[in-house]
Amino acid sequence: MIKKFLYSQKVAPYVFVLPFIFVFIFFWVYPLGSSFSMSFQKIQLGQEASWIGFSNYEKLMGDGVFLKAVTNSAVYMVLTLAVLIPFPMLFAVLINNKFMWGRDFFKSSFFFPALTSVVVAGTIFRLMFGEMEGSLINSVLGWFGIGPVKFLKGQVTGFVALVSLATWRWTGVNMLYFLAGLKNIPDEYYEAASMDGASSFQKLTRITMPLLKPTTIYVLTISIYAGLAMFIESMMLWNGNNSPKNIGLTIVGYLYRQGIEKNNLGYAAAVGIVLLAITMIINLAQLAFSGMFKKED
Amino acid sequence: MSRDNLIKIVLFVLFAGLCALILLPFYAVTIASFKPGEDLIRYGLNLSLDLSVMNFDNFIYLFAGNHAYFTWFFNSLLLTTVQVVLTLLVSATVAYGFSAYEFRGKNFLFICVLLIMMVPFEILLLPLYTLTNKIGLMNSYSAIVLPGVASAATIFFFRQYLRGVPKEIIAAGRVDGASEYGIYMRLILPVMKPSFAAMAILNGMNSWNNFLWPFMVLSDAGKYTLPIGLKTLLTPYGNNYDLLIVGSFFSIIPIFILFVAFQKYFIDGMTAGAVKG
Repeated sequence: MIKKFLYSQKVAPYVFVLPFIFVFIFFWVYPLGSSFSMSFQKIQLGQEASWIGFSNYEKLMGDGVFLKAVTNSAVYMVLTLAVLIPFPMLFAVLINNKFMWGRDFFKSSFFFPALTSVVVAGTIFRLMFGEMEGSLINSVLGWFGIGPVKFLKGQVTGFVALVSLATWRWTGVNMLYFLAGLKNIPDEYYEAASMDGASSFQKLTRITMPLLKPTTIYVLTISIYAGLAMFIESMMLWNGNNSPKNIGLTIVGYLYRQGIEKNNLGYAAAVGIVLLAITMIINLAQLAFSGMFKKED
Repeated sequence: MSRDNLIKIVLFVLFAGLCALILLPFYAVTIASFKPGEDLIRYGLNLSLDLSVMNFDNFIYLFAGNHAYFTWFFNSLLLTTVQVVLTLLVSATVAYGFSAYEFRGKNFLFICVLLIMMVPFEILLLPLYTLTNKIGLMNSYSAIVLPGVASAATIFFFRQYLRGVPKEIIAAGRVDGASEYGIYMRLILPVMKPSFAAMAILNGMNSWNNFLWPFMVLSDAGKYTLPIGLKTLLTPYGNNYDLLIVGSFFSIIPIFILFVAFQKYFIDGMTAGAVKG
């Protein structure tokens, strides 16, 4: 009887998607809900929790360190978007050109950095941006008579190191996304445009860029996510969650500091909810603005 | 010289330059792994190929020294294997459910899949941490593997792939009297093999390099994975560069070999979500 029920065509689909339902409820809905309720409480591991209404959020609004973390994450996100969308797109268009030699070799080389873990990549970059005269970046600056610079002690130079690390790791990956998008543009469009006497620049702005839009939106969405959720990169560059004057502190870094390091779980949960709100607002606005919802079937 | 050749040369030089820039850190870390750790402390990571100070001591220490590096290495290998196998099987099953049937709640559930791809996992760190604590899974690999077994990105990829598989296979299976599960196991899974390769590689790479969540769950040094182990070599009291730099170098090699052998699958897996199919 039970076997017949489970084997029917009506029940089978639910059996197939059951693992997802289970993981979704147990590891997403429940934690998200408890994160939300935790944010209205004062909680420390090993102690009784108490409800305190909106106090955590009120405190957050006046918390200078939190605002610093939000600013850092936002600036990091904007800078990575500014670098990691136009350049990979341009490189993809260039490498896709029929005049390109050694395409496969370059594609692979650009991708290599993505194979490294953040721990390894972060260690390498911390040492490259070291403050000694002989460190890689400083020795290069030395050729031009500049330096040595204490990169990880200053706000601007610290961000140069952070954004370099992101650029190094993700340029190749984003380039691959754009290359995959380019593959879907039929050659006929370019041939027709050539017949009409369009210049290369016109072909780029009138054909390539509009038709790459779905790919661009995808890359934008994942880059916003990655930018706002960045933490380990900063932790590796500054060898811990403490940078001088919090120049490298991010939202997740602050969540980690309050929740794990200071056992201030309720307050940290509020940080998480604010991060969730920021991510959702930016992503939904971005998707609405680019007309993604209209086209969805 | 013709105009075409000029373009070719300009493009080639441009990309060769960019390529050199991108590979520079790998070069720096490679030569640093042949230099003593104190050299790194004194001069930083640099490009100088000073053969008089370079030797194989770090490598000898890596392979014969008294440290936990290879324990971490094999832990990573084990955890990655288990994680990849489970994630692929579970995600493929879910994706098949989404692609082969019409059922109540399907659209809602699929929107949940897409939503997961947009919610930063990091905000779940604390509740998952307290949950893991509560159900006694701290310091266990289960706590690392379970939350990821129905991976949203992997489900999404498999579903896209299954769209290209003719529905007639399923109908034919039913005519021949196979059960719903028999159809999946005997007819669909074999057809999905090529897509498994791409997802195995991508999930394997992510798992091999995963850091934050395992770092929070694992407290027993004997259970550390490679990235966590390497991180512990950096301490506020001093850094074990001798092992760190050569260990970092060595940790890239296995995945590098995998990449060279299965380039196509890395790229397929990576770009799966970007193209709307």
